[in-house]
This record gives sequence, structure tokens and C-alpha cells, in this order.
Amino acid sequence: MSSTLAPAGFSQETFDAFLAARDEPGWLNDLRASAWARFNELSLPTNKDEEWMRTDIRLFKLGRYSPASELSEIESPRALLAEGVDLGGSCSSVDGLSVESELSAELADRGIVFGSFDKVISEHGDLLRPYIERKLVDPHYDKFSALNAAMFSGGTVLYVPKKTRVEQPLHSLSTMTDGGVDLTKTLVILEEGAEATLLSETASTSTEAGGLHCGSIELIVEKDARLRYVNLQNWGSGVWHFAHQMGHVAQSAGLQWTIGALGSRLAKVNQHVALTGKDAEAQVNGVMFTQGKQHLCYNTHQHHQAEFCTSDLLYKAALQDVSRTVWRGMIKVDEGAQRTNAYQRNDNLMLATTARADSIPGLEIEADDVRCTHGSTSGRVDDQQLFYAMTRGYTRQEAVRMIVTGFFQQVFDRITIESVREALGEAIGQRVRDL
Amino acid sequence: MSETLKITDLHVAVEGKPILRGVNLTINRGETHALMGPNGSGKSTLGNAIMGHPNYEVTGGKIELNGEDVLEMDATERSRAGIFMAFQRPMAIPGVKMADFLRHATTNVRNPERKEGEELIPMRQFRKELKDKMEQLKMDVEFARRYVNDGFSGGEMKRAEILQLAMLRPKFAILDETDSGLDVDAVKLASQSIAEIGGAEMGILIITHHDKLLDQNVPDFTHVMLGGKLVETGGVELAQELYTEGYERIRAAYPEAAAAEEEMAETEALAH
Repeated sequence: MSSTLAPAGFSQETFDAFLAARDEPGWLNDLRASAWARFNELSLPTNKDEEWMRTDIRLFKLGRYSPASELSEIESPRALLAEGVDLGGSCSSVDGLSVESELSAELADRGIVFGSFDKVISEHGDLLRPYIERKLVDPHYDKFSALNAAMFSGGTVLYVPKKTRVEQPLHSLSTMTDGGVDLTKTLVILEEGAEATLLSETASTSTEAGGLHCGSIELIVEKDARLRYVNLQNWGSGVWHFAHQMGHVAQSAGLQWTIGALGSRLAKVNQHVALTGKDAEAQVNGVMFTQGKQHLCYNTHQHHQAEFCTSDLLYKAALQDVSRTVWRGMIKVDEGAQRTNAYQRNDNLMLATTARADSIPGLEIEADDVRCTHGSTSGRVDDQQLFYAMTRGYTRQEAVRMIVTGFFQQVFDRITIESVREALGEAIGQRVRDL
Repeated sequence: MSETLKITDLHVAVEGKPILRGVNLTINRGETHALMGPNGSGKSTLGNAIMGHPNYEVTGGKIELNGEDVLEMDATERSRAGIFMAFQRPMAIPGVKMADFLRHATTNVRNPERKEGEELIPMRQFRKELKDKMEQLKMDVEFARRYVNDGFSGGEMKRAEILQLAMLRPKFAILDETDSGLDVDAVKLASQSIAEIGGAEMGILIITHHDKLLDQNVPDFTHVMLGGKLVETGGVELAQELYTEGYERIRAAYPEAAAAEEEMAETEALAH
């Protein structure tokens, strides 16, 4: 339950109360105020906007939600990605309000900064300022990016200094109560030659919970740095999920970005990877499982700004019931980005004839010496496959689960973190129902 | 007590079209039966009907395993009861490794009461058994790590089916043209393997056009299918005759079945 003392909706009063309750530096207040002004100027997107043509949010009423001003006493959901992992640190928030932040003394001594944004900003404001002011996610892009920029709280900050390798993964969990609001921001900065793994997950207090997530993710991977970032979205089935996610990969740096999308009522995500320096590499993995009336829309963007860069995106979705996925993928190659090697692929497995998957790959190439390929497939669990497995002693249900797991294997094979493969495999196995 | 798979007056239709028109066949455990007949006579249909393929509708007759009604069982139950078929064209299951597939399959068949999620055969024991069987079949260990039938050549598929037969050790096995797509040496190896796996322990129904597979697995009985019926039963000499002489004599001797066969072929041609 979110606090009833908070003013309803996102009024000026809400915003003023939000700012007053925070003790933040002036430059950040200014950023927030400017984004807030933009938020008030903008209307919610409609199906006339190209990005939203296939994603209908007419039933979404922003005024029904209010940010929490007091921490709810709740039992945290099970952290799936952390199971069996020796963590270097972890942090958590409920409804965007920070609960705990822990970092091993050894990592803190080496200059690593990690924790919930609210805790980190008071101590490391000057360090973070230039990265926040870079505005990797443009606050002016749409009403949701503006809202997040104005009122982000909780979430996760990770800063790793030059040439520092963090061996143990770090973990963050953002929980939302039923009907709550989560405006978290994830900001990761890996300085030159740094290496780290961040496992972050978002979950509701119950599988049927509603609420609003309006989030942002900014990943800054500087020269020669290596980041593995996992984001598992496991909200309740009534949650509206709007997110802008941006990765910036500099010269000879590498980003492995894995997305698991299981929850929410409707999700609209812009995931953007920019390769900004020569020899940068990005691998993007997506695992989606939808059911009920879920609608997940992902706009992915692989932006090659420099030469000799590689990007490889693989999204796989299994769809059950009357759920729907929309994937719009774009590979953009700038004029100077010669010798680009870019790949995008989206495979869908339909578990019901009533489910629907839209797959719209796109290329926009301004260089002349590039290799860009894309593909998409859509298939069903075949009755012949089921029969074959049954003649080998499998029950029908066991056979379906095996075939679905097999479908995801190609993307699991790319995920180098065991706990992530297991969490995703288990979550998918639990969701598959009888065909 | 001798174990028996007994088929009585079996009628099967596919998409409403009758294919089997009264098949009678009794296989005792330990016997090898050859089933021969021209293309489209209904041989694979018999195999699929015994296995419980949902597209093959049993419109009359009985299938019994030691007196129990097999038609009441779904494909899973039949397989766990000890009935197996090596398919002519087994299905690919991308992303699922042969070894994982077989570990589940073997556990299920050996513990017919197993529910999903219950324990599997211990990994170490399973690996050893699989390795032994693969060595026996002269299969590369790499095979176990490949995805089930995914990108397999015709010959690899057949060998994978024999490996499954060896691991599952059924009471009754139907081999549907397991020799086609294999070269002479491979057929020989396959035949030997089947004999070693325990021709003596199993009741085997070998569906074949050739006599090669029968060299090592000498049939106790040879049945000829024509127009959806078993029209003649003999010993091994019948298989040899059909292989060398063809079906002219059979067609002449059973004009009614030959007419049914022709009619089935025409319907088939029209459907395409």
C-alpha cells in the first residue's frame, strides 16, 4: 500500500513535495525542474505516433498513480538472479524508496561506488554529476522520459574506476507494491578498462499486482571496459511498464546486455545501444514469455557511430493465450562507420493460435562497406514433435516444456551467467501451460 | 507367462479415409516379424496406430498388450508400457541435446509412474550407460551433445533411433524402414545392434522394403500388407521372395486387396 498522505496524481504539488523531501544538490534540482516543465508540456503518446501505432495505452490513466512518500513494510519478493551467486554488493528499493545498499568493504576500498541512487548522490554528487548531465536518455524525448528525469528515485548506481575489475556480480532489486509507482533509474559507469557484472531485477509484491513503472537505464562503458548487465522484468500482471534504456559503448569496449521480460500488463521499452568508438562490441539478448492479455513492445536500436564495431541482437519470445509482442528493430549505421558488422534477429514461438507477434526489422545504412543482416521467424509447437516426445515416455506437458526450453536454448547459450540462465529457464518452465 | 501384443480386426482412418481394413497380428515377446508390402499399403499407418498417433483414428478393432486395452492409453502411456517405434522420419527438437532428451525418456520409461519434476536417473549412471551403448553402435560421443535430430543426415537419424531403442529397451519395437537411408555397412551394423540389444528379449516388427535388415534379424514370420490388410503370412522365405520377385504374385492372388490398394493410391494422388 502506498501512503495515502501523498497528493494524488502527478500534480505540481506532488512534484514540490517530492523535491522538498529530498536534500539534493542545486544542479540536480535544476535538471529535475527542467524535465518537470517538459513533462507538463507533453501529452501522452497516441497511436498516431509511429512508435505507438501497435501499442494502445488509452486505458492508462496517469492520474491514478502517485509516488510513495513513505516506505511500505513488505516482504521482499525472492531475488531470482542472486540465487547461488557470491555477490559483491546488493541494493533494494520499494516503490522507488531505498531500503538497503550494501557493498563489500574490499570493493568500497577500491573506489567502487554502488547503491541506491538516493544514498549514493549525497556522498558522490560531484562524481556523478557529469554523467547525469550527459542525459544519455533524453528527458525531452517523450512524457515518460520527462517524468523519469524529473522524479527518478531509488534504483541503482554503479561506478567502477579506471582499470578496476569487479569479479563478484552486484545485484539490485526494485520492488513495487500493488498499485504503486516505481520511477527508478539505473546508472552504470565503467571507466576506462573497468569490468563489472550487474544483475538487476524488478518485481511486484504479488503476481497479479498493478502499478506504474516509468524508468530509465543508462549504461556508460568507457574505452576498453567490459560490462555484463542483466535486467529481469518480472512485474505483476497489472503493471504499466514504460522504459527508456540506453547503452553507450566506447572504443574497444564491450557490453553484454541481457533482458528478461516476463511480467507487466503492457510494456513499452526503447532499448538503444550506441557504439561510439572504434572496435566497440555489443551483444543484446532478449528472452520474453508472455501470457494472458500481456502486451510487450520493444523498440531496439543498434546505432553504429564508429568504424569496425560489432553489434549482435537476438530476441526470442514465446507467447501464450491472447498475449502479444511487438519488436521493432533498427540498425543504424552512420556515414563514417565503415566495416560495421551488425546483426539482429527475432524468433517467436506461438503457444496459442490467439497470440500474436509482430516482428519489424529495419536497416538504415549510410556507410558503404558494412555487413548488416537481420532475420525473424515465427513458429508453433508442432503436434508431430509432441507425439514424437510422447512416444519416448514424455507426458504432453513435459514435452511442451522441453520444446519451449529448447527454443530458448540458443539465447541461453549466449548468456554467460549461470544464475541468469537458471532463473529464466525456471520462470519459463513454470509459466508454460498445457497446450 | 508369455507377453503378447495382439492386434485384432484393426480398422484405421486418416482424415476420414480408411487405410487399415481389418488387420490381425499377434506378436509374442522374443519373436521377430517382418512386415512387407508396396508403398502406400498401410505399413506405417499400422505402426503409428499402435503408438497412438492422434491423427490416426481407430475406427474398429482392438490392440491389446498382455490383455490390456492399448487403445485406452495415450502415446506416453504406451511408451511407458514398453511399446516403441523407430520412426522413418523422426522429428527434430532444436535446442534439446540428445543426452538430455534420452535421460528424461529413459527415466520415464523405466519408472512408468514418474511425474514431471521427479528425480531422473543419476547423471553418472546414465552417462556411463549412454557411452557404452554409443560405443556398441560405433557412434561418436559428440552425437550426445547435438540437438535431437536437428540437422541430422538420414543415416544419423536412423542410428539415433536405434540408440534410443537400445536405451529404452522396450518389450515391443516397431522399426519403420530403419534400413532406408543407410549404406550397406551401416545396415549391417544396425542389424547387428538390434540383434545384440536383444532380439531375443523383444517382440520386433520390422517394416522394410529390403531383405538386408532381415539377414541379421531373421524373421520368424513375414507378413504381406496389401490394401490395408495382411493378406499372407509366411516364414523368412516369403520375405526373400518378395524382395526378389516383387508383389505381382500377391496382387494376382488377392484381387480384392489389390483393388483396394489401387483405390487408396488414386485417392492419394487426387489429394496431392
